Amino acid sequence: MGVSITNFSRSGLSDWLIQRFTAVVMAVYTVFIVGYILSTPGLDYGQWKEFFECTGVRIFTLLTLISVVAHAWIGMWIISTDYIKPAVLRFAFQATCFLTMFVFLVWGIDIIWGL
Amino acid sequence: MLVSVYRYNPETDSAPYMQDYQVEIPAGKDLMVLDVLALIKEQDSSLAYRRSCREGVCGSDGLNINGKNGLACVTPLSECAKGGKLVLRPLPGLPVIRDIVIDMSLFYKQYEKIKPYLQNNTPAPAIERLQSPEERAKLDGLYECILCACCSTSCPSFWWNPEKFIGPAGLLQAYRFLADSRDTATDDRLADLDDPFSVFRCRGIMNCVSVCPKGLNPTRAIGHIRNMLLSRNV
Repeated sequence: MGVSITNFSRSGLSDWLIQRFTAVVMAVYTVFIVGYILSTPGLDYGQWKEFFECTGVRIFTLLTLISVVAHAWIGMWIISTDYIKPAVLRFAFQATCFLTMFVFLVWGIDIIWGL
Repeated sequence: MLVSVYRYNPETDSAPYMQDYQVEIPAGKDLMVLDVLALIKEQDSSLAYRRSCREGVCGSDGLNINGKNGLACVTPLSECAKGGKLVLRPLPGLPVIRDIVIDMSLFYKQYEKIKPYLQNNTPAPAIERLQSPEERAKLDGLYECILCACCSTSCPSFWWNPEKFIGPAGLLQAYRFLADSRDTATDDRLADLDDPFSVFRCRGIMNCVSVCPKGLNPTRAIGHIRNMLLSRNV
């Protein structure tokens, strides 16, 4: 069988494991953020800004952002190889996904770290 | 009883169509779907279908019966046609040769890929390769597969990628040899399965488990293969 060159890691096992790991990261982050919001009544912009100035929160947020991108890439790649049979269309779809995710990733880093 | 059957003869028909038959079901009898097909065949000898052992052993008569894959010979009307109507279609996802007879080449090609035979590179013993009862017990729930294709043709992952995804039937057999204490090719077998399609196209929706006429569980076998791949590679 030909080797896939557009999937995330070239290995089905590795893609699978990365998708599971990133899912756990996103789940924990969701609990973390929702927990913070619920435990901070009357949350205002100042508190929110201060919260994201903490290096730990920034690192965790960046980890989650990267997890979203990896998770989404693997998922969209699987969807494209299931449902889009003409190679040109499939590649166009994958390229669009890649560009979108890349823009969101860089934009997200810009927002989180305020570079 | 009204029976609607998928008909297609590529030599005379430009497109497949459904043909209705009125079949007299003998009172007080719970016929199998295969018996109903035999009654239709008496009315209309042009209908083509596969059958052989008529007792759920050969796996020839896998059909889509009222929307669910199953073996015609072991599916009673009382179970599948509760609404009083029976709709028979070929197993989905594979090319139709004629009527409800499908071309299973792709299914067999996937089965062949997993090398469904014992591989052992140690010298053959004088009598036979022995197994403990515990080692033998690991093959239960795996060796019983009759390759009827009900599971693989109910699997959307197999519909979309029948040339790349091994499918539940093939993977159940792959695990049957991975789990066999007498087989020494475990590592090669696992290496052959570590691409993004062969095993990992399984999304665990368990259609295979719900249709298997032998009550086997390919999803669990696929989970075992994944765990073997993980412990080999992490």
